[in-house]
Amino acid sequence: MTVLSSADSAPGASSGRLQASIRRGVLIDTIFGAALWAAGGLVLVILGTMIILLAYDGWPALRHFGMAFYTTATWNPVTERFGAMSMLYGTLVTSLIAVVIAVPVSFGIAFFLTEVCPQAFRRPIGVTIQLLAAVPSIIYGMWGALVVAPFIAAWLQQPLISGFGWIPLFGGPANQFSMFTAGLILALMILPFITAMFVETLESVPPMLAESAYGVGATTWEVFRNVRIPYGRTAMVGAGMLGLGRALGETMAVTFVIGNANRISASIFQPGSSIASVIANEFGEAEIGSLKLYSLLQLGFALFVISFIVLAVSRRLVRSRLD
Amino acid sequence: MFFKRMTATVAATLFAAAFALPAKAQGVEFTGAGATFPAPVYTAWAQAYRQATNNTLNYQAIGSGGGINQIQNRTVDFGASDAPVPSQRLTQQRLVQFPAVIGAVVPIINLEGVAKNQLRLTGDVMAEIYLGTIRTWNDPKITALNPGLALPNLAIQPIYRSDASGTTFVFTTYLAESNATWRAEVAAATSVQWKAGAGARGNDGVAGAVRNTRGAIGYVEYAFAAENNLATTQLRNVGGRFVEATIANFQAAAAAADWENSQDLAASMINRAGENSWPIVSPTYILMPRDPRDPARAKAVLDFFAWAFTPAGDRLAEQLHYIPLPDAVVRRVKAAWPQIVTPQGQPLWTN
Repeated sequence: MTVLSSADSAPGASSGRLQASIRRGVLIDTIFGAALWAAGGLVLVILGTMIILLAYDGWPALRHFGMAFYTTATWNPVTERFGAMSMLYGTLVTSLIAVVIAVPVSFGIAFFLTEVCPQAFRRPIGVTIQLLAAVPSIIYGMWGALVVAPFIAAWLQQPLISGFGWIPLFGGPANQFSMFTAGLILALMILPFITAMFVETLESVPPMLAESAYGVGATTWEVFRNVRIPYGRTAMVGAGMLGLGRALGETMAVTFVIGNANRISASIFQPGSSIASVIANEFGEAEIGSLKLYSLLQLGFALFVISFIVLAVSRRLVRSRLD
Repeated sequence: MFFKRMTATVAATLFAAAFALPAKAQGVEFTGAGATFPAPVYTAWAQAYRQATNNTLNYQAIGSGGGINQIQNRTVDFGASDAPVPSQRLTQQRLVQFPAVIGAVVPIINLEGVAKNQLRLTGDVMAEIYLGTIRTWNDPKITALNPGLALPNLAIQPIYRSDASGTTFVFTTYLAESNATWRAEVAAATSVQWKAGAGARGNDGVAGAVRNTRGAIGYVEYAFAAENNLATTQLRNVGGRFVEATIANFQAAAAAADWENSQDLAASMINRAGENSWPIVSPTYILMPRDPRDPARAKAVLDFFAWAFTPAGDRLAEQLHYIPLPDAVVRRVKAAWPQIVTPQGQPLWTN
């Protein structure tokens, strides 16, 4: 009985079931699509609200001080006169020191890994470099303040000051907490990123080009200089810029070693401050509605804009390799 | 069948446990936020108080400025600030202010061959060091204060707090009272525009930086100097005597404070007269709304501080190198509490 009845009703029921299944499929697909749109849109919403918050909340500082906010180096919470010049200076100087140190070293590591290093050591060294990137920045800060800073003050700054002290850039006295120390710590922090991108770039050079060069009798240096570097030049500049972008916003490690002095000093061995370190130091005590809070938010906006530009430029350069 | 009974039993036990536990701890939970300097003693008080009464204090040491912000927004039951809030703002924000505990700030140095409490300094010389006008340890102004001490020709490395802090407020108040140039050019605040030296984060950051830097000088809460056995100095008080950084000398300064003429219970203890007064001593303050949203929790806060002012609380404070409020001051504080009222206008605290 049951078999018969199910056979009788089969065609109608199956087409109904089919339609239900299609409807359900359409519904699920709609929901899934909407969810994907929401996920994608969320990124834009987050970024948008961030920009709006910083621009809006930082505006009172700009209205009060005008463009003088960016051209004066005074940062006096007592008289409520705030200028961003010394932090902009400190941020750019430490980041530049970091890039100047990190790029050549990354070059060396990357070329060593791709060209010279025996296969057996390639992985361990590569993984170690990647591990460096995984070390939390606060660890760099503590290590930098307790180990690196005293070492540099005694063994690097002192000789440089006695040798080149007449150049304002290397003026003394030796100081544990300095823009130079901060730059050096930053260099170590961005090293893994830049190295990873260099390795990728060097490996993307078609083997035929390098092999041909070796084939006509070029040395390792000549292949490096005339084949690999020209091939990935823009991408490498982009990698450097990407490192710069990361160095600009680094907060904790810098706060530990930069010396947090809101002054502009000609010497890189003197303490300074960066935008991120000043915000980290002063945000907790800035009262709601105070000019100090607005000034800190305006500083944040400036950092945002600078990082944004650097990242945009670096992305363009990195991508241009594909052309 | 067996498993069913098992799960039922387990579920029943879990259910009972889940509901019985909160029922057992019928304490009030109240929150405070602000100053980092008294945070260790507030935390110690909170632990002991919880064991005694089951009432739980959740104190967030986010800095004095943050504490003032949060109590203005009424997101906590009390705020804590190292610097007293001006009367006008207290009235405007409908807040009551009272001191909770007293602390001292001490200079610390890293100078080879100079032992703890051996070097003699004055507020004027300290100000000049931090202004950058005295640059080496053998400066005539320092050697004149220390005739018997061989001071090296070494650069002085002043270290200050990079984060805005009550410690800095107390220290710069002292420098401003001791030196006219400092008063005019830098003044006193939780963070100032430093003329020389480098900044480190927190009391422990300053202590660490001084310990690692030859020729460094810094300032920290006494508790940090005592715990880490750092080299403190002597300071000249207004009586012209050089005094060492000891609890007895801090207490002398606290006793010399002028509570009679203080407004909103903010009595300065800096540069007080008295033979043994240590010149850099300061109370730290609590801020409470006059019209708390949750009277039960406000009452819990008052009960907590009333307990903290008992001998049991005093002992804990002394163990952590703080100075408890003198009894006369506690009476003044409790006299201010009836200003805090319920929505019906009834005082929460009656003596």
